[in-house]
Amino acid sequence: MGILKTFALGGVHPEENKLSANAPIEVLPLPKQAIIPLGQNLGAPSKAIVKKGDKVKVGQLIAEASGFISTNIHSPVSGTVFKLDNVIDGSGYKRPGIIINVDGDEWDESIDISDTLITEITDDAQAIIDKVKKAGLVGMGGATFPTYVKLMPPPGKVAEYLIINGVECEPYLTSDHRLMLEKGQEMLIGTKILMKALGVSKAIIGIENNKPDAINHISVLAKDFEGISVQALKVQYPQGGEKQLIKATVNREVPSGKLPIEVGCVVQNVGTAFAVYEAVQKNKPLIDRVVSVTGKAVKKPANYLARIGTPIQQLIDASEGLPENTGKIVNGGPMMGKALTSLDVPVVKGSSGILLMKKEESSRKVESPCIRCSKCTYVCPMGLEPYLLSKAAKLAKYDIAEDEMVMDCIECGSCQYTCPASIPLLDYLRLGKSKVGAIMRDRNKK
Amino acid sequence: MDNVILIAVIALGSLGLVAAVILYFIASKFKVFEDPKIDEVEEALPAANCGGCGEPGCRAFAESCVKTAKETKALEGLNCPVGGNDVMQDVGKILGLEVEAKAPMIAVVRCHGSKTNSPEKVNYEGATSCAFAHALYAGEGGCMHGCLGLGDCVDVCDFDAIHMNPETGLPEVNDKCTACNACVVACPRDIIELRKKGPKGKRIFVSCINEEKGAPAKKNCQVACIGCSKCFKVCPHDAITMNSFLAYIDFEKCTLCRKCVVECPTNAIHEINFKPRKPRPEKPAASVERKPAPKKVEEKVEAGQTAVKEEKKETPNDNKE
Amino acid sequence: MNMFTVSGSPHVHGDDSTKKIMYGVVYAMIPAILVSVYFFGLDAIRVLVLSVIGCLFFEWVIQKYLIKGGTTINDGSALVTGILLAFNVPSNLPSWMIIIGALVAIGMAKMSFGGLGKNIFNPALVARVFLLISFPVQMTSWPKPKAITEGLADVVTGPTPLGIVKEGLDAGKTMSELKPQIPTYMQDLMGQMGGSMGEVSALALILGGIYMLVKKIITWHIPVSMLGTVVIFSGILWGFNPEHYADPVFHLLTGGMLLGAIFMATDMVSCPMTKRGQLVYGFGIGLLTILIRIWGAYPEGVSFAILFMNAVVPLINKAFKPKRFGAKPGVAINQ
Repeated sequence: MGILKTFALGGVHPEENKLSANAPIEVLPLPKQAIIPLGQNLGAPSKAIVKKGDKVKVGQLIAEASGFISTNIHSPVSGTVFKLDNVIDGSGYKRPGIIINVDGDEWDESIDISDTLITEITDDAQAIIDKVKKAGLVGMGGATFPTYVKLMPPPGKVAEYLIINGVECEPYLTSDHRLMLEKGQEMLIGTKILMKALGVSKAIIGIENNKPDAINHISVLAKDFEGISVQALKVQYPQGGEKQLIKATVNREVPSGKLPIEVGCVVQNVGTAFAVYEAVQKNKPLIDRVVSVTGKAVKKPANYLARIGTPIQQLIDASEGLPENTGKIVNGGPMMGKALTSLDVPVVKGSSGILLMKKEESSRKVESPCIRCSKCTYVCPMGLEPYLLSKAAKLAKYDIAEDEMVMDCIECGSCQYTCPASIPLLDYLRLGKSKVGAIMRDRNKK
Repeated sequence: MDNVILIAVIALGSLGLVAAVILYFIASKFKVFEDPKIDEVEEALPAANCGGCGEPGCRAFAESCVKTAKETKALEGLNCPVGGNDVMQDVGKILGLEVEAKAPMIAVVRCHGSKTNSPEKVNYEGATSCAFAHALYAGEGGCMHGCLGLGDCVDVCDFDAIHMNPETGLPEVNDKCTACNACVVACPRDIIELRKKGPKGKRIFVSCINEEKGAPAKKNCQVACIGCSKCFKVCPHDAITMNSFLAYIDFEKCTLCRKCVVECPTNAIHEINFKPRKPRPEKPAASVERKPAPKKVEEKVEAGQTAVKEEKKETPNDNKE
Repeated sequence: MNMFTVSGSPHVHGDDSTKKIMYGVVYAMIPAILVSVYFFGLDAIRVLVLSVIGCLFFEWVIQKYLIKGGTTINDGSALVTGILLAFNVPSNLPSWMIIIGALVAIGMAKMSFGGLGKNIFNPALVARVFLLISFPVQMTSWPKPKAITEGLADVVTGPTPLGIVKEGLDAGKTMSELKPQIPTYMQDLMGQMGGSMGEVSALALILGGIYMLVKKIITWHIPVSMLGTVVIFSGILWGFNPEHYADPVFHLLTGGMLLGAIFMATDMVSCPMTKRGQLVYGFGIGLLTILIRIWGAYPEGVSFAILFMNAVVPLINKAFKPKRFGAKPGVAINQ
């Protein structure tokens, strides 16, 4: 393995707490009612094409993309469309969605539901991209950027490396880890498919060193795949960030404000690679995903293969219920996940885990004055000065925030994690980003 | 010795002369003509530089006043909300124009989801910024249209006219409001609206902007507008419009007849600065006659919606707040 | 029914706190405290206690009655200031002067700027310089260090090594003539030299510095660049004329150099925010110190140098930004 690589600037190392690392993926029973929000990807929400009372099968298209950065949504269950209504999303907002009453489990005929492994890739690059687009694939790491867009580099840009993100640098989460252990073969075929679609000959799978079993397993399997190598990485948050991962694996820096393709790289999550395998080889759209249910008080930390639309209450029940002293529910990991306002929200394409935090863990510490220790600048993986940016945003000095490159912030939370004064730095950074973003859009319009 | 003094005088004198000539030519070359009226108009403005008129400051406003007056012989679309009619009349006098009087406006907070009306369902921790909280979640009470109570409107107010009421967790506007529009822009949920101040500060408005259907709206807030259209039907002046389960009172058409207020089943329609009405016939409560002098009320709170509630329902038992 | 908390990410915290940092600094100062008590006896304890109590008291009074807010005397920042102030004065300083020093440190240098985190200058240093200018005689008559085991009586005052060299050179003597009068390096290291309470033992200060480096309270940038500059600059002068200039090791071990480099210049509040800036800041302090020591009116220049550079910190923060990710163009492979 040699010396472990990592990214150069900043970074923190929070307690790993990978409680569900040894729990094999369980298939969760079907929900009675599936709630499918229409906005499941970054970009424009999808447009429903079914109406109340329609019978749907598993895998049937129920909502289609409404723009370039948008995706198809397929029914994750079979049954009757109960209604098209506003459904509550994780943040408590009501957004349009489709509610389906489940009846049996009848799959669309075009989907191959057998377990046979199909190694041979018969489709050409364009066919792969079409299939990926049709299947409604998004980045499974949580950002939910439509996958097919990443497979079509803008004119003049050529991809050189495909980097598969198996880092899972978020504490607690283990869904990618389990997927690599249990579906390694499929994931590697998916990687091969992505390589073909992009026309690259080299793929690197980056895995952090706290998953030695996954590194070994994938390294052994990867011997049969030409061009795919495994890169063990030093444990360091936020290594799963695209730009950090590129820096760690191929030592290239994505220029400020640019996409990874600028340095010839395309990054995909292991979950996405697996979904690509299913979509291309099995014709199965994105209707389920692996979700970790974890937390210090959870009786049975586990990883579930859950259909999209399953209420998270059902996942928690499968892990023997909501612990008595739960104070916060996080959709995703503790560093970048979103706090949920209620349990009535469904699993969506971007749900990588449900973290139940104890009451005593869920409150922030009391804020005290900044002592200018500059630890936030030391840990910032983007080389920014969070203390300055948050102050600028707080005082509405958005011009300063823009000059100091607030838009480069990847919202990893390292600054706030490390701040001895417990200042909500990232809150203000986000505020600054949204305000500066709006100002920049206005300016571009003019 | 005389020589030295002479040389010094001549040298300095000629130097001064040359400089004076250069200065004269430069000054005449780069002279910028400015209408002296701009200065006069600026003098008449309140010098708050609040930007309420839409211009970057009072000087810019004065410039555009003079420019528009020259071009169109009117001051169409130009109004200094802070100075109000008096100032605009003065500006008109300077520019030799008639300015028609505009009704004074005031900021109105159209949400009454206080801690009692819309009980907390989750507990928010983080930056005291409505803009951030708006992006993060729907709100402690669960209403995605309601006031977040973190005071972005208070922060932007230059006139000390809007304050948070710690009991209700809602902002309240007082008489210092100049309708400069800053809080309207600052509110990420568009709750605050500029409305006609009304005679003696009397005004009626729907204190809710939730367009959801009745049941989900009421689930989060007991004083939400449920879109029942009762006010719409009762209004004799067509001042009320219904827009997807939300009533809106057009302040230009409203005659302050107060018919809609009693009709509203959720008390979402607020009346401000009215004398307490006589006890309703169906509620024959032997109430304690509270007679606040109207003047006093006006001084005290303008949009004190809590106070309004108290005035309307006279029986203390009814007083839920 | 559980009431869930909603907040932006991150949902975990690294468990670091202002209090931990401040007490970390206090722990790092323990060796130097012990050494000063060993050499200066009861007087050292008197100065320490008065200074610490004075600082805590003034912080409490000002926060409670002038600012009228909550008090933060528990966070340890006033404690650190108190100990550092004690380190910066001779152990025989009259008690009332120490109290005045504490008032200047907390009231003038810290609270008048808005309290913790907002002061431009290091409070303890402001107090030291204030006292030095106001009471030059008392502030420059240092008792000779004498091990506590040698008895408590008969405190003799004497000049610091820096004072000896400065006066001697000004009087036209050469370094080799002065050599017998100044302590050996070993004595400097152990603390057997005249000086302010905290600066006498180089070894104890270095121990504290290592502790703070390990605990990540400070980074190496400021001490290394400051001491490096001192060694290089004084080394050049010494190489030029060893009879007229003291050698670098002498400059390094005597006076407030190590105390300044390890505890004063690294004060988080008043030092630059970026590592590049810190290198520049350390360089500036080192250069100024030697300039003052050799050509200035005072034999010692560390405190003036640090205060001067404190004033430059906002400019340094503006000029020296951290290395931004992706600022330099990536590997251009598409051309």
